[in-house]
Amino acid sequence: MTDTLTPVLTANWDQPDSFTRAGYERTGGYTAIRTALAMEPDGVIKTVKDSVLRGRGGAGFPTGLKWGFIPQGDGKPHYLTVNADESEPGTCKDIPLMMANPHVLIEGIIITCFAIRAGHAFIYVRGEVLHVIRRLQLAVAEAYEAGYLGTDILGSGFDLDVVVHAGAGAYICGEETALLTSLEGYRGLPRNRPPFPAVEGLYACPTVINNVESISSVPSIISNGPDWFSGLGSEKSNGYGIFSLSGHVKNPGQYEAPLGITLRELIDLAGGMLRPGHQLKFWTPGGSSTPLLTHEHLDVPLDFEGVGAAGSMLGTRALQLFDDTTCVLRAALRWTEFYQHESCGKCTPCREGTYWLTHMIQRLENGQGTEEDLDKLNDIGANIIGRAFCALGDAAPAPIMSAIQYFRDEIIAHQKNGGCMFDPKASTAWAGN
Amino acid sequence: MPFSEETLARLKADAAEITGRYPKARSALLPLLYLVQSEEGYVSPQGIRFCAEVLGITDTEVRGVATFYTMYKHEPAAEYQVGVCTNTTCAIMGGDQIYEELAGHVAGPEAGAHDGAGGDGHHDIKSPDGKVAVERLECNAACDYAPVIMVNWEFFDNQTPASAKQLVDDLRAGADVTPTRGPSRLCTWKQANRILAGFGDGQAADGPSAGPASLVGLKLAKERGWKAPEPSGGTAK
Repeated sequence: MTDTLTPVLTANWDQPDSFTRAGYERTGGYTAIRTALAMEPDGVIKTVKDSVLRGRGGAGFPTGLKWGFIPQGDGKPHYLTVNADESEPGTCKDIPLMMANPHVLIEGIIITCFAIRAGHAFIYVRGEVLHVIRRLQLAVAEAYEAGYLGTDILGSGFDLDVVVHAGAGAYICGEETALLTSLEGYRGLPRNRPPFPAVEGLYACPTVINNVESISSVPSIISNGPDWFSGLGSEKSNGYGIFSLSGHVKNPGQYEAPLGITLRELIDLAGGMLRPGHQLKFWTPGGSSTPLLTHEHLDVPLDFEGVGAAGSMLGTRALQLFDDTTCVLRAALRWTEFYQHESCGKCTPCREGTYWLTHMIQRLENGQGTEEDLDKLNDIGANIIGRAFCALGDAAPAPIMSAIQYFRDEIIAHQKNGGCMFDPKASTAWAGN
Repeated sequence: MPFSEETLARLKADAAEITGRYPKARSALLPLLYLVQSEEGYVSPQGIRFCAEVLGITDTEVRGVATFYTMYKHEPAAEYQVGVCTNTTCAIMGGDQIYEELAGHVAGPEAGAHDGAGGDGHHDIKSPDGKVAVERLECNAACDYAPVIMVNWEFFDNQTPASAKQLVDDLRAGADVTPTRGPSRLCTWKQANRILAGFGDGQAADGPSAGPASLVGLKLAKERGWKAPEPSGGTAK
């Protein structure tokens, strides 16, 4: 029986020097690269495939399979780009990971680049986290000093350079093709696929783009074996992951557990809801792009299949919890405003659709909407989903459409009430019971 | 006003280091914009000109990029840019109230109606002395510390309206201010932009490895003796 919590990536975070090379090596760091560099690159890819690690950035695509798409012997440079642009509302796992344990990411980068035969890796980190950027810069410098980066790494003949690249405040750059466009020095607009980045990515060369947590999971898979990893979690969602609790819960924070844990278990671990007498009303399983769930879904296994079957997505395991003091319309409005603000404007469904969604939800929140507006909102949402250029548009209607699904009566009551019936002060962190 | 020859020489040396990091020079544009912003506090027309010359592209191409990203300022920034997260979780946990009260506090009684929760609110509200500017932020990946304020992109976790006002007062008074998870002493807006351009300030080892909320799961696991399973024939790494 596996323990309820299984710290791997978070295991050394309580050490005062966990972010230094010395601190990381003291807890077993940089042993996996020695194992990996003694293997054949294809053997490393096979190991990660066998572990069935699925991408930790939200979409859950199998990481080893992605690596296998990189054409070999094509004579072109290959690149690894780490998506460290963590900006999905509610998502707060990669930032503390890189602050406390940047070397596990560097070690994962070295192994990944060796496997896909890349000589250059970029960490595209959001710019708004200065201290995380400092820690990454220090970690890269320390890895060069130790001979883990640069030329002929540990006598293997393998060369690798790593660059820390700060983004500049654009959520869209978390979308992998927009990230590449941004990294090439342009406005961060998404690209058409195909061609996929594995064939034509950065500088039109084969490129792997992986989330921070995905790459950071690789050293543990190399050290402990694919069976160890696939033995954790549920049948089709293997391994461990960081679950981030925020909102109306007593002890918000990071909980690293096998995939498949439930929100009921997590809330219990977190000491219960924030205020006695106030129940969980709605929550996101994996950031604002994943449709809302309610207290009916407390026992849904938090894995790709379980959350999918409940009508949402596992996403980034960003569990934002809201109790019954919170107006669901206020929450949905704010998220929708976010998508409108962050829409890059390239495609019409997203650019225009997010504008109309925002204005109609605003009207409802002010008590000036009608019941017909709900059908219109669903109609606009359905016309964005599947017609937008990228996943930002596809996600934008999720908050309001799921809010309508579960809280139709509450939304309509705004009209009868002539406005919102909730007191925003009652839902603050400092509100009394 | 064009850069002095001395400034230009210094910027050119930095720019050469930045472009040298990339297989293709154009990739250096975002860090180059941070470099010129670290010099002047914003991306000025001469800053745009400088980037264009370094990369051999037009001013318009540079401006097109600079205006896409919200972290580049197009008018002189304050010494301390105070961002209040008003995305959903922080807003509901009190970020909206913090922003409302802070905007009024900073603008002062003399100022006109400040931008309340209903407005677009994506512009800065400056203190009369120009030292501090308050703006709204989107989610800054610190939701477990909500409500969150960022000053010059450093974390100030678990804020209240009172702590936020105190923070701004301290900044305006020139008192030492320490981020919750960050360096011992807050750096200025210009210094922050130099780090974003890729030039470290030697403060990486300051501050904790992780804040308290980051450690809740680990602490609980240790208390209860929970661990990742051992691999067959060894200890989990």
